[in-house]
Amino acid sequence: MRDTHVTMAHGGGGRAMKELIEAVFTSVFQPESSEDQARLMAAALQEPGARLAFTTDSFVVTPLEFPGGDIGKLAVCGTVNDLAVGGARPLWLSAAFIIEEGCEIALLRRIAATMAAEAQSAGVRIVTGDTKVVERGKGDGVFVTTSGIGVIPPGCDIGAAHIQPGDAVIVNGVLGDHGATILAARGDLALSTDIQSDCASLGALMQAALAAAPLHAARDCTRGGLASALNELATEAGVAVEIDEALLPLRPEVVGVCEILGLDPLYLANEGRLVLFCPGASAPAILEAMRSLPEGEGAVVIGQVKPGPAGQVSMRTRFGGARRVDMLVGEQLPRIC
Amino acid sequence: MGAGGWRIRVRGQVQGVGFRPFVWALAREFGLRGRVWNDPEGVGIEAWGPTSTALEGFVAGLTARAPGLARVDAVEVEAFDGAAPEGFEIAESRGRGAETRVVPDAATCPDCLAEVLGPGRRAGYAFTNCTHCGPRFSILKGLPYDRGQTTMAEFGLCPDCAAEYRDPSDRRFHAQPIACPACGPRLWFETGGAEVPGDPLALAVGVLRAGGVVAVKGLGGFHLACDAGNAAALALLRERKRRVSKPFAVMGSLEALGAVAEVAGAEGLLRSAAAPVVLVPSRGVLPEGVAPGMVTLGVMLPATPLHHLLVAAFGGVLVMTSGNLSGEPQVIHNDEAREKLSPFVDGFLMHDRDIARRLDDGVERASPPMVLRRGRGRVPGVFPVPFQGQALGLGGQMKGAICAVKKGQALLGHHLGDLDGVLNAAEFHRAIADYTALFDLKPQVVACDLHPDFTATRAAEAMGLPVERVQHHHAHLAACLAENQWQGGKVAGIVLDGTGLGEDGTIWGGELLLGDCLGYERVGSLTPAPLPGGDRAAREPWRNALMRLDMAGQGDLADRLFDGPVETLRAMASKRVNAPLSSSAGRLFDAVAACLGIGTQSYEGEAAMRLEALAVEGLEPYPFDGLDPAPMFREIARDLGRVPPGVIAGRFHEGLALAFARVARALVEEGRAEAVALSGGCLQNAVLHRALVRHLGGVTVLTHAQTPCGDGGLALGQAVVALARLERG
Ligand SMILES: [Fe+3]
Ligand SMILES: [Mg+2]
Ligand SMILES: [Zn+2]
Ligand SMILES: [Zn+2]
Repeated sequence: MRDTHVTMAHGGGGRAMKELIEAVFTSVFQPESSEDQARLMAAALQEPGARLAFTTDSFVVTPLEFPGGDIGKLAVCGTVNDLAVGGARPLWLSAAFIIEEGCEIALLRRIAATMAAEAQSAGVRIVTGDTKVVERGKGDGVFVTTSGIGVIPPGCDIGAAHIQPGDAVIVNGVLGDHGATILAARGDLALSTDIQSDCASLGALMQAALAAAPLHAARDCTRGGLASALNELATEAGVAVEIDEALLPLRPEVVGVCEILGLDPLYLANEGRLVLFCPGASAPAILEAMRSLPEGEGAVVIGQVKPGPAGQVSMRTRFGGARRVDMLVGEQLPRIC
Repeated sequence: MGAGGWRIRVRGQVQGVGFRPFVWALAREFGLRGRVWNDPEGVGIEAWGPTSTALEGFVAGLTARAPGLARVDAVEVEAFDGAAPEGFEIAESRGRGAETRVVPDAATCPDCLAEVLGPGRRAGYAFTNCTHCGPRFSILKGLPYDRGQTTMAEFGLCPDCAAEYRDPSDRRFHAQPIACPACGPRLWFETGGAEVPGDPLALAVGVLRAGGVVAVKGLGGFHLACDAGNAAALALLRERKRRVSKPFAVMGSLEALGAVAEVAGAEGLLRSAAAPVVLVPSRGVLPEGVAPGMVTLGVMLPATPLHHLLVAAFGGVLVMTSGNLSGEPQVIHNDEAREKLSPFVDGFLMHDRDIARRLDDGVERASPPMVLRRGRGRVPGVFPVPFQGQALGLGGQMKGAICAVKKGQALLGHHLGDLDGVLNAAEFHRAIADYTALFDLKPQVVACDLHPDFTATRAAEAMGLPVERVQHHHAHLAACLAENQWQGGKVAGIVLDGTGLGEDGTIWGGELLLGDCLGYERVGSLTPAPLPGGDRAAREPWRNALMRLDMAGQGDLADRLFDGPVETLRAMASKRVNAPLSSSAGRLFDAVAACLGIGTQSYEGEAAMRLEALAVEGLEPYPFDGLDPAPMFREIARDLGRVPPGVIAGRFHEGLALAFARVARALVEEGRAEAVALSGGCLQNAVLHRALVRHLGGVTVLTHAQTPCGDGGLALGQAVVALARLERG
């Protein structure tokens, strides 16, 4: 392939498009079939009581490449994690690309390569996909959509409905690295940091936690951060969640970026972090299992579940009081009058 | 009218204040027969007199000689046919809701104080009260207001108290919290969870004199007390409470307060039944640690016999600051106090009369008259507003307060604090249930702010009633109009405030609004500047100075003045990363303060308060270009280091006042507005308040006198805007 940049011709459905797909995607994803559909053996799903898990997610990020990852890695990890937190073993992914005219082909190759590598290490295969090209100015480099299929083994039944008062609340590592990295990586805020995105696939971590001791529910903390994930779960479960400021794992650099920008790290995006609810008695075994994996090295208990008020998330502060950590309607707006 | 029977209706604050025994005594004085009773409309009387002159004298006396806590709004008389009873009797209450009126807690009356300080069976008794004074709202658990529904229920009356309670000629007739040493609450001093034997007051005073901190259980919550004249004690209290520089209020006898502050002109307010904290000029004789950087001092007189006895035994001036963890409400229960306040104190002055509801001390100014915070002694008082419907306003976020409006009366609730606090938010939800029951309110509409993330906004949407979202500064303006019972045409509203969400999604706060309770037009506003970091900019005044100096072409000066991450903030502003545009007046105060070196602050509003404290009054105003402060910042840049800070601060206050007064006056002169209303949190600033009134000379000016101009009054404005819209249909 001689072209260096994507042109409208690459989206025309002709030879140019076929060339692009082969050169950039199928050569690295190596699907078993060249048909437009993936044909997969259903045997993996046929154990009595097994359930199919199916999810989809779209990825948009500026810049497309950042310390610790790129949009391709996000697209694999994001969908793998959506499956993993429901207790599923991720099996297959589809990947759809919307590419803006003028996008560098070398960049596309790097993104595809990261995706292939991340898929391999997460134990999933990218089995089908799609490519579209939009005119210059109608996209932002590349948008990626991934869908994923996994299988929830028999006997695994976790979810918000199982959360109980007294449950421990665990996260697998420092919070907000991804959000802070993206803000710094934009390059236009004169922020210099060494922070890297936390972007990671959490399938193995979830399986390790599930194998260690009974656990009730998990949720990946992505957009909206830990605060939003906790609020969703507290509302769905009809319980209150109280976390402890002193226990929150935060990198000083992230705290520093947040102070300058006036953002609350509890609301910063993560891409390799999950929050997990388990009976208090399970916590030590689960922590130990999580800490044995690199993506769970920083696992800690950050709080616990209270009977009510239903849906309330609060944080015990360093001064001993407790403040509410509500879900925001939109962006953080000033409130001090 | 003939000399037959007269039926008399008395309206106003006439229940729970000893009005019926007063009527009974007055009737006997004029030789009348008949009866008096409470009902939902107030007090009803049927009276038969020997002569019509006697009846006329009696009716005149109802207003002229009413008891201290009563407020008679109207006395209506009509002829009445019926048989007169023997003598004059106090009859059973009539009608449902007859007992729903509760009056605020009232400071110890002179008669009770004399009893406490004199000989007799209540000598030295800390819980003495009568129908003219004592706890009311703070001990109320439910309705109707009688002893069984208060935290006095567990104290059975001794025969002496029971006799006083039943005797219509006694000052304690139907005084629900009546008590004496034989049957009432008991005072003790404890440390480490154990009562210390001995005179509790002497023990507490010993700790205070030694420079320690004592938790004192007051009327509406626990206070932390220390010797206000002891710098080491102040430092200790500040360190323990992690309260770096927020001013403390002090308590003492009038003489003792007069020695540390200029109380002349404030005595009436200090001695009133509400007994609030009053901000008065400090004499500067107390250590700086009482109120760092301030030229005013918050002073109050003892409001209960316990405090009178403590102050008398101590002799000097005591700090009385609320006993709470940072961000939490004032502690009210004994066990809670032991658990939470133990790290702060060297002992507890405790008693066994429970506090049913937390009521922070009210904070007021005598001149210009203003209520900065409605608290103990003011709630649940009502005041008239020109709206007949029923509405509930749920207020703002950082200074929560709710307001119920019903049939022309408004009940603006007590200060609830920052609703981000879990316990404050719980108190907020309780207040909604509480005031709704207390006022027998059936709201047709519930009103809240435009801000989507306020606790109050979420609560409003969850109530299942029609919701009216009211723009923040329109609510401030409407609160001012409602308090003044304004029924004229449109007014020019100068609303100088911190931040509030505008209709256009930007952050407003220095506004000239033309309108009324129904609606408004945003005629002008301070030239907006970015708020880099949102609320962070409110905590770090220098961020605002950076923006304003840059906008005035004084970026070089900003580079020299500030060593924070200035380039990142500039980038945030230009790239619009968490840097919303804001016309906030509060942030303009912060900007000027930061130019003068007040770059950080430890509590909300500190920079602006320090700037007010610095300001020399009556100077030449700094120039504004309309409502653009850029020319002022160019002059400040020239003046820095060459002109005393007090002059810069003073010229800023004048400049801001003049800029807004000019545009507001123009609206009046063009006939578009009938008056000018002043509202918003910045109007707590007395220097700004006076400058605005001065620059508006000759124009009708409406100000807040009994409701907060800041967010503590927001709920009132919200409620009346909702009712105005409802009336319009
Ligand atoms: Fe406000
Ligand atoms: Mg998703
Ligand atoms: Zn009294
Ligand atoms: Zn007694």
